[in-house]
Amino acid sequence: MKKQEKGSSLSLNIRRTICYVVLIILSVVCLFPYLMLFVNATRAHVEIQRAFSLLPGKSLARNISNVLDNTTILIVRGMINSITISTLTAIASVYFSAMTAYAIHAYDFRLKKYAFNFILLIMTIPTQISALGFVKLVTAMHLKDTFIPLIIPSIAAPAVFFFMKQYMESALPLEIVEAARIDGSNEFHTFNSIIMPMMKPALAVQAIFTFVTSWNNYFTPSLILTKAEVKTLPLWIAYIRSADFTKFDMGQMYMMIAFSIFPVILIYLLLSKFIVQGVTLGGVKG
Amino acid sequence: MKASTKNKKHISYAKWGYIFLIPFFLVYGVFSFIPMISTFYYSFFENYMSGLKVIGPTFVGFDNYIKLFQTGDLLKYTQNTLIMWVLGFVPQIVVALLIAAWFTNTRLKLKCSGFFKTVIYMPNLIMASAFSMLFYTLFANNGPVNMLLISNGVMKESFHFLTSTIGARGLIALMNFLMWFGNTTILLMAGMMGIDTALFEAAEVDGATPFQVFSKITIPLIRPIMVYVLITSLIGGLQMFDIPQIFTNGKGDPNRTTMTLIMYLNNHLFSKNYGMAGALSVIIFILTSVLSLFVFKALTSQRKAR
Repeated sequence: MKKQEKGSSLSLNIRRTICYVVLIILSVVCLFPYLMLFVNATRAHVEIQRAFSLLPGKSLARNISNVLDNTTILIVRGMINSITISTLTAIASVYFSAMTAYAIHAYDFRLKKYAFNFILLIMTIPTQISALGFVKLVTAMHLKDTFIPLIIPSIAAPAVFFFMKQYMESALPLEIVEAARIDGSNEFHTFNSIIMPMMKPALAVQAIFTFVTSWNNYFTPSLILTKAEVKTLPLWIAYIRSADFTKFDMGQMYMMIAFSIFPVILIYLLLSKFIVQGVTLGGVKG
Repeated sequence: MKASTKNKKHISYAKWGYIFLIPFFLVYGVFSFIPMISTFYYSFFENYMSGLKVIGPTFVGFDNYIKLFQTGDLLKYTQNTLIMWVLGFVPQIVVALLIAAWFTNTRLKLKCSGFFKTVIYMPNLIMASAFSMLFYTLFANNGPVNMLLISNGVMKESFHFLTSTIGARGLIALMNFLMWFGNTTILLMAGMMGIDTALFEAAEVDGATPFQVFSKITIPLIRPIMVYVLITSLIGGLQMFDIPQIFTNGKGDPNRTTMTLIMYLNNHLFSKNYGMAGALSVIIFILTSVLSLFVFKALTSQRKAR
């Protein structure tokens, strides 16, 4: 009996070791590209061309100033554009999705079930399929090269809505709404000053996700934004890719990629626990 | 008396339900529904640029659709998309199942699960176009990866990842795998943690091996969530765009073997061939709608069960 136990604990240790080895390999594979990116962003063009290295170089400051001084590829301008669009998108999407979810959650009306099912049904239909009509509409409205067609449509975000609805079901008792009504609060006021503060955890998680999605978005902005001053970071990445590669300063190019992903990595490192928890809340539960 | 006030209350509050729905439906109507209908409408017209001259729009019925199927490109690009999706999805689900089972195993008691979860989820948030650009430079003929392989004596001369079909498709699949396996792992873990631990204990008392526990208890019990992951991943896979577009500069090299459906659509949009773009949109719409119905069913049945 004792021997058997010893044997099983030994095999458990072996299994545990295998697990750690596999996990470490996967982590290295995940982190290696970023390591290469940040190492090469600190090296000069000649060094990068000459040999592979895992040690940082000394050209960090020069690469940064080269990126900032570049008058063709406006990375800083692109970053400001990306931050503006992503922030406004996150705010609009989160506020109005909570409002839509509240309408379905707190009120009883005849079309409620249809409205809810409709939103669920359109949740997984890709936006790309209406791109043609979207571009034509935006052109007709004279909104090309503006941020409006990238921000306003995020008010209707079925996935964010669904998350909010799930959260309300688990954390928003309707008695609170009743109590507010007895106190004479009007419905709009109740939503803004009582419901929204209670939704803070859900709002924060979805604001982060919406911000990141908008930050990374490439397909729609590439159809809407054509002028250099309004381009976002993904469009500049595409521009660098299409430019003649051989003439490029590689150190500067790695730095440009680093600029476009660094803000998200920073947000993630600060809030990772929060984000990883948020992933499961909106999905299907077994 | 009581009934009448209740009734009155009901009527006055129902109004607010509709009011709060206005922003969503107004915006959806203007920026999604109308564009969708006009996209479908355009699919029945011949409308493209020939040099600087605009041809059409002339009503041609189903000609655009017939043309799409006749040239064979549609079939080829659908195949490309599915091949690259499968190449990324199979390792993704295998690895995700494995790690999720390890993390949720109460006997293994793995440490640092928070750290590993943080690391494997990170690629999901990174800008796909920047990630793709990074891979393009890392795997270039004179890039760091080739330099590393040659200097270590693994290879004599650089491997041209970008001009070989297997290399290019493999790298695109690898990027998709890296971006999504962390997300899948976290979803599967949530499912596995919902399983009653008494089942595992009973199986252990009966002398079941870890593999038997995994295949006879864990897998059947998380099947719904696996179906959900499969279908949402397939819908996402059909929309594959950023990674191959940046990686191949929109050309789908080598020899259009990495050209996806959305890249094809994007090409038609940029060349202003609106008729073909419309027809292609309708086909992608039909493909994803069928899949969306499965997701819809999964979500509604789950809500009923609760």
